[in-house]
Amino acid sequence: MGSRLHDIAGESARRRAFEVAAQVPDPEVPVLTIGDLGVLRDVRIASDGTVEVDITPTYTGCPAMAVFTMDIETALLAEGFGKVRVNTVLSPAWTTDWLSEDAREKLRAYGIAPPAGKASRRALFGDDEVACPRCGSHDTEKVSEFGSTACKALWRCRSCAEPFDYFKCH
Amino acid sequence: MTTTDRTADLFAYTLRLADDAAILGQRLGEWCGHAPTLEEDIGLANIALDHIGQARALYTYAGEVEGEGRDEDQLCFLRPERQFNNCLLVEQPNGDFAETILRQFFFSAFMLPLWRELKASKDETLAAIAAKAEKEAAYHLRHSAEWTIRLGDGTTESHERAQAAVDHLWPYTGELFEVDGVVERLAAAGIAVDPASLRDEWHATLREVLDEATLRLPPDGWFQTGGRSGRHSESFGHLLSEMQYMQRAWPGLRW
Repeated sequence: MGSRLHDIAGESARRRAFEVAAQVPDPEVPVLTIGDLGVLRDVRIASDGTVEVDITPTYTGCPAMAVFTMDIETALLAEGFGKVRVNTVLSPAWTTDWLSEDAREKLRAYGIAPPAGKASRRALFGDDEVACPRCGSHDTEKVSEFGSTACKALWRCRSCAEPFDYFKCH
Repeated sequence: MTTTDRTADLFAYTLRLADDAAILGQRLGEWCGHAPTLEEDIGLANIALDHIGQARALYTYAGEVEGEGRDEDQLCFLRPERQFNNCLLVEQPNGDFAETILRQFFFSAFMLPLWRELKASKDETLAAIAAKAEKEAAYHLRHSAEWTIRLGDGTTESHERAQAAVDHLWPYTGELFEVDGVVERLAAAGIAVDPASLRDEWHATLREVLDEATLRLPPDGWFQTGGRSGRHSESFGHLLSEMQYMQRAWPGLRW
C-alpha cells in the first residue's frame, strides 16, 4: 500500500515536471513552447529525485539547444525541483510533422508561415507551396533557402509585397 | 574478431565522419561576412552550422566508443594534423564562390545516399545521427545543385569559373569511394556503408545537374589520396591553427 502511494506521488510529480518543462518557450520563436515543437520527448524522476528531461534537437547544429537546456533547468528549479538533468536524444529524428495544428496557427499569427506538406516528400528540386502568413495569398516566392535561424527560409509575398519567414519543412 | 578490434574500427569510422563534417563546417565558416550576397552569407553559415552540429554528435559518440574520457572538444581541437582522417575534398580552400559551391555539391551528393543507407546501420547511435543528417544533406544538395546550374549556365565568366572548379576538385572525389580494412569489416558487420555501392547514384546526380549546368564532367583519371590516413594538403595545417587556437591557447576553455 505504502509503495502504491509512493508511485502515485511520483507520477504526479513527474506530470508536474513535464508540464513545467513543456511551457519553456523557444528562444528564437517565442510563440512556441518546447511542448508545441515536440522538442520535449520525455520527463522521468530518478530514485534520488533528480528530474531527467529528454529533449531532441530540431537541427543537429541548432544553437538554441544550449538555451533550452538552461531554461528547462531554471524553470524546474524555480518550481522547487531539487536536481535536474537534461539529456539530448537523437532518435526518432525531429520532424516538422510533429507540429500540431494549434502550433501552426500560432506561427501564422506570429507572422511565420508554417511548414507546408509532409517532410518525407521532398524532391531534389521543386518548391513547397507557401501561403503568405499576412494576407493568405499563395502568390509567393522564395528569396533565400536560409533565413534568420536554421529552421527558417526567407520568402516574399507577391500580393501584399511583405517579406516573411517560412518555417522549413524538415 | 575481438571486441577490441571492433571498438577500434568503430572509433576510426565515426571519427572520419566527424572529421569530414567538422572540417567542411570550418571552411564554410570562413565565408561568414564575406559571401557575395547577404542571403548567401546566411546560407553558407547555416550549412556550416549543420555540419558542425553533425560533427559534435559524431565526436561525442567517438569519444564514448573510445572509452578514454575524450570529449568532443578534445577530439576536435587537440589532435594534430596527422591524426585527422577527413577526406581531402572537404579541406580544399574556399577559392572563389564557384569552388565552394562545387565542393559542397560533390560532397553533399555523396553524403545524402550515405546517410540514407547508414540509417539502417546496426549501430543505433550512427543510425540516429544519420536520420537527422540525411534531411540536412538533402537541403545542402539542393542548394548547391541550384547554384551549380545558375553558375554553369550563367555568364561566360561564371561558366568558366564553375568549370575550373569542377576540373580542380575532380581529382579529390575518388577518395570518397575508397575502402580500407575499417570500412570493409564494418560494412560486412552491417555497421558501415560500403561507399562503392553509392557510386552509381552519385554519378547520376552529378550528370543530371552538370548537364543542366552545361558543365563537363572530367574523365576518371588519377585521383588524389591520403586524407583517410592523415596525409593532408598544404593548407590543412593553417586551417587547424585557426580552428584549434582557442583550446590550444586556453586549454579546457568552455562556453
